[in-house]
Amino acid sequence: MIEIQNLTKHYGHIKAVENVTFTVNKGEILGFLGPNGAGKTTTMRVLTGYFPPTEGRVKVAGFDITEDPMAVKKHIGYLPENVSLYTDMRVQDYLMFVGRIKGIRQGALLKQKVTQVTELCGLETVRKRTIGKLSKGFRQRVGLAQALLGDPEVLILDEPTVGLDPKQIVEIRKLIKELGGERTIILSTHILPEVQMICERVIIINEGKIVAIDTPENLNRQLTNKRTILMEIEGEPAKVLHTLKTIDGVVEVKSKPKKKGKVRQYEILTNPDQDIRKNLAWAVVENQFGLYEMKTLEMSLEEIFLKLVTQEEHHA
Amino acid sequence: MLNSYPIFKKEVGSYFLSPVAYVVITIFLVLSGYFFYSSVAYYSLISMQAIQNPYMVSGLNLTEDLISPVFANIGIIAMLIIPMLTMRLFSEEKKSGTIELLFTYPLKDIDILLGKFFAATVVYLTPIAVTLLYIVFIRNLTDLPLGPVFAGYLGLILMGTAFIALGILVSSTTENQIVAAIITFGLLLLLWVIGWASSFTGPLVGKILTEISLVKHFQNFSKGVIDISDVIFYLSFTFYSLFLTCRVLESKRWRG
Repeated sequence: MIEIQNLTKHYGHIKAVENVTFTVNKGEILGFLGPNGAGKTTTMRVLTGYFPPTEGRVKVAGFDITEDPMAVKKHIGYLPENVSLYTDMRVQDYLMFVGRIKGIRQGALLKQKVTQVTELCGLETVRKRTIGKLSKGFRQRVGLAQALLGDPEVLILDEPTVGLDPKQIVEIRKLIKELGGERTIILSTHILPEVQMICERVIIINEGKIVAIDTPENLNRQLTNKRTILMEIEGEPAKVLHTLKTIDGVVEVKSKPKKKGKVRQYEILTNPDQDIRKNLAWAVVENQFGLYEMKTLEMSLEEIFLKLVTQEEHHA
Repeated sequence: MLNSYPIFKKEVGSYFLSPVAYVVITIFLVLSGYFFYSSVAYYSLISMQAIQNPYMVSGLNLTEDLISPVFANIGIIAMLIIPMLTMRLFSEEKKSGTIELLFTYPLKDIDILLGKFFAATVVYLTPIAVTLLYIVFIRNLTDLPLGPVFAGYLGLILMGTAFIALGILVSSTTENQIVAAIITFGLLLLLWVIGWASSFTGPLVGKILTEISLVKHFQNFSKGVIDISDVIFYLSFTFYSLFLTCRVLESKRWRG
């Protein structure tokens, strides 16, 4: 559905995006992840035809963005980062206006389509209100509604949940998930759990370059080649350390600073293919140490992200 | 052309949703009404004098002494008012960021531009249409010939659209509405008075300065003369300004 080959975009001397290549399949929800200024918005703006790429080829639904921008624009619905709408217009009038621009000329059909997106985005109650007087959450929905008008096959959503309250975030995420499947969605964000929740694939981008492309699960697996178990144990630190180290499967034990009395936290790195939690517990009990807590530490996407981004900086 | 229609409709709508259109139309009508009143008062005064002095009667001319000054004054009001109409057309969208979405819709630059241009033209022509009442009023009292009146209105339309085109061009270059209004007004005023310099420059420079002066071309219309060169001047002025606006819009994209 979307093919991007060696996309490069310069703003004067500043290289915003460099040699980005990826494809998105039909019906896929792709997460676009990166710190601020990584080039997410630039890539999206090129995709929407807002400005042309400096170099490289972009194809959406089989049309080239530089050769036939009008055809590409007809297949795209875009929700910009700062949803700026005409604040003096009413929600319904605004959606009618966008519908007309998107080529729905027939009055009855236009009304039907507008009603459809109004319902889908939960805007029935504010149809007659002026956009300028709506809350941020509703404005975001109006933005989403205008993107959905004209039934575009591709949706490009730039940070769709920014600035919303937790309840609204959950609702918008649910809506996006519902929209996926029949539509191809590219979604940018810097909220990592969001990607884990919604997206089938993730692209991590930093300083204009792609750092990783994979499913969220794979990214997790690839980068965590050791399992870490955190234990809080009461006992003579040296003795505890010795005991833990002798257990089969333990790679390394790190003791963390003292907590209270003889209670300390230990970080135990183990082989990922071996579950030795039972053995650890037994060892603690057999040696009559006190076990206060035991949990497996999984690397969150945040850490993966930071790791990838910092690795990149080391190379540079 | 069909694609411009939604933009046109929306722009006319936002002129009338905000106080802009009402303020512009009211001020326009108050000023033109005052000028019309003073012209009529002056004309009736010289008519009275003509009654006592039969030699003056042959010098009296409705078109020259009444209609022509009114059109000239409306032209000046247009110069004052049009920058206020055009200043927001692109500046506002650039400042608020709505232009981003606008440029990602399946619309050509020219569609957006023409939609805005015609919307401003409609708002400008609304008070102009109301001034037709003055003509009705005079026609009721005198046997005013309609030919020169038609020429005057044609002149107002052509000159007004030229002003609007220039205003849109300026608006497309800045995101500050005040800056757009001041630059537009400055340029219009300069082009209005530039002919004055012709009296003390060389014959060639003088000729050029008079020809590019906006007022010189309007004078013929206000006197009831339709000269094809004046028509072409305003049309090419409009066309060229719109063309440049298109280039400005385009350059914004490759500049990023």
